[in-house]
Amino acid sequence: MSADPLLPSAELAYSAPDAAGFYGPYGGTFVPETVVPALAELAAAYEEAQADASFAGELAYLLRDYVGRPSPLYRADRLAEAVGLGAVWLKREDLNHTGAHKINNTIGQCLLARRMGKRRVIAETGAGQHGVATATTAALMGLECAVFMGTEDIRRQALNVYKMRLLGAEVVPVPDGAGTLADAVTAALRHWVERVEDTFYVIGSVVGPHPYPAMVRDFQAIIGTETIAQLAEKEIAHVDAVVACVGGGSNAIGMFYPFLHDVSADRRPALIGAEAAGLGLETDKHGAALTKGQPGVMHGFYSYLLQDDAGNPLEAYSISAGLDYPGVGPEHSYLKDSGLVRYEGVTDAEAIEAFALLTRTEGIIPAIESSHALALLPRLAAELGPEGVVVVNVSGRGDKDMDIVREAGLGG
Amino acid sequence: MGERSERASRSRLTAAFPRDRAALITYLMAGYPDRAMSLESLHAAARAGSDVIELGVPYGDPLADGPVIAEAAAIAREQGGGFGLAESISLAAEFIAGTRGADGEEPPPIVLMTYLNPLMRFGLQRAAEAMREAGVAGIIVPDMPPEAARPWLAVSGDIDTVFLAAPTSTDERMAVVAGASAGFVYCVSTTGTTGERDTLATGISALVERVRAHTSLPVAVGFGVSTPEQVAEVARVADGVIVGSAIVKRQGDPAAVEEMVRSLAAAAGRT
Repeated sequence: MSADPLLPSAELAYSAPDAAGFYGPYGGTFVPETVVPALAELAAAYEEAQADASFAGELAYLLRDYVGRPSPLYRADRLAEAVGLGAVWLKREDLNHTGAHKINNTIGQCLLARRMGKRRVIAETGAGQHGVATATTAALMGLECAVFMGTEDIRRQALNVYKMRLLGAEVVPVPDGAGTLADAVTAALRHWVERVEDTFYVIGSVVGPHPYPAMVRDFQAIIGTETIAQLAEKEIAHVDAVVACVGGGSNAIGMFYPFLHDVSADRRPALIGAEAAGLGLETDKHGAALTKGQPGVMHGFYSYLLQDDAGNPLEAYSISAGLDYPGVGPEHSYLKDSGLVRYEGVTDAEAIEAFALLTRTEGIIPAIESSHALALLPRLAAELGPEGVVVVNVSGRGDKDMDIVREAGLGG
Repeated sequence: MGERSERASRSRLTAAFPRDRAALITYLMAGYPDRAMSLESLHAAARAGSDVIELGVPYGDPLADGPVIAEAAAIAREQGGGFGLAESISLAAEFIAGTRGADGEEPPPIVLMTYLNPLMRFGLQRAAEAMREAGVAGIIVPDMPPEAARPWLAVSGDIDTVFLAAPTSTDERMAVVAGASAGFVYCVSTTGTTGERDTLATGISALVERVRAHTSLPVAVGFGVSTPEQVAEVARVADGVIVGSAIVKRQGDPAAVEEMVRSLAAAAGRT
């Protein structure tokens, strides 16, 4: 083989989940009976849609002409120089309509909802990006929309709350627990149990019961598929590492999965996920389920989970509302155990620093979530040296985070 | 079939359903508002005519429960040292031992209601042993559908595992749920979470009949049943009636629990 780009390989060793939705021991369906039939119906409808060329066609059309895909793969030279790497490529999911990767998934799920005859969608949201993406897609398709959001996140992300309301969605405040993403998921699941007959639950990450983790992954896999094709176009034959931030883990899986599925192991870059280390992994203020959790069941699936000795989920913490989740998608747990992906913690302070660095060197203001992935660059420079080539998934833009970074002392 | 009926005949839960009227199953939250009061409420509920007592294990993310039970769980968990599955089993053990001594009569059998993660965290095998030692008769795990129950059923032995049937269950799933259940089948009256509702869901009778088509076990109906009138209505069509939130919210006053349960028992046909 010539110095070819990372061409799809015939050797497709990686295949998960199994028919019951398990990734090794992780995943599955651990939910009240009331929604079990709805999940089976969803799995069947999704399978049918996958086999239907018209579904793929409409999805492709909307992703191109409405979302603005493909998102660019941009070579950030000044950033690379600042951190001491040979090249840094940024996958610009921040340039999508609504400003993040979330819309790749909401377009897919809302098309499916419409296909199933559901006129009403609900969603949970942390940072508000998935809520905005769902509200946007619901407006586009004429669906009724309600978004569940923790009261603490409503405070942190006021702008996105306003946007959702403008778009015609109802924002349902969730005061339970810490008032963050996990509480919003629980409230949305409870509501779905109540209204399962006429409501489609658009889950925003690769979490929840089967088939959600696989379905959301598939809708997000366009990130990695495009990246591989763009590297080929640019005749980049070698990449050392691909990094992405992990909360629930949808942008990371979307980037990693095609590399796992389509790139042979000997040519595959190191795949690295950045978890929220909050105030530090040695404290109890973080969201690092993979690094510090133990396997358990929450929100309908089995995965690494921050939990106490009695099995109660713990409150996660991160400066980033999108990474503030005590669990993580089941496929990430499987990828961690199998060693196919490595996961590292990034603190609030490191993320803020990376946020500032990208802003000042490239004029790109990243989401505070994506800044966790960018914060791995100095570490990778130390590991790979000045020739190192790294792809970073910039999962979203930082407009929503102005108040947070200002509070953290950036910009004077 | 022979094994099934033999097992059913040995089940303390199945045996607790009277032949001539519907059973009253009362739900109490372990450790709420504190351990001592919840123990008193257990005794009050037993005295006042509960045929079976469902004992809720406080949990931090109670997906299937409405606000009354969720808030009671949160308060129970705040006690010094925490209150979870281990403490709930020990409470059940003390109640069972205490009642046996009191009047020579067998206490109503206890069914634990716990979410799956506390059970997994405690250890399935260890939990089964502790429950057996305490004298607990059965368990309900609302986020463990039959397909997910194999590891638990492999170690649960003679502890009855009660599965839930819902209005949304297809006939195919009714068969799975009924086939997997032991002791009785828990029929959820309505979509949604536990908690009081002004009116009963419609179609309960048809729902119960759909479950009965797949089992000879007793069928008990819960979720949204709170008043004596609603109990009487359900008692006409089901083998058992489950009342939760309406009792839990009185647990601060065991005398009020006793009075409430007495009126519910009368409505269920117990004189």
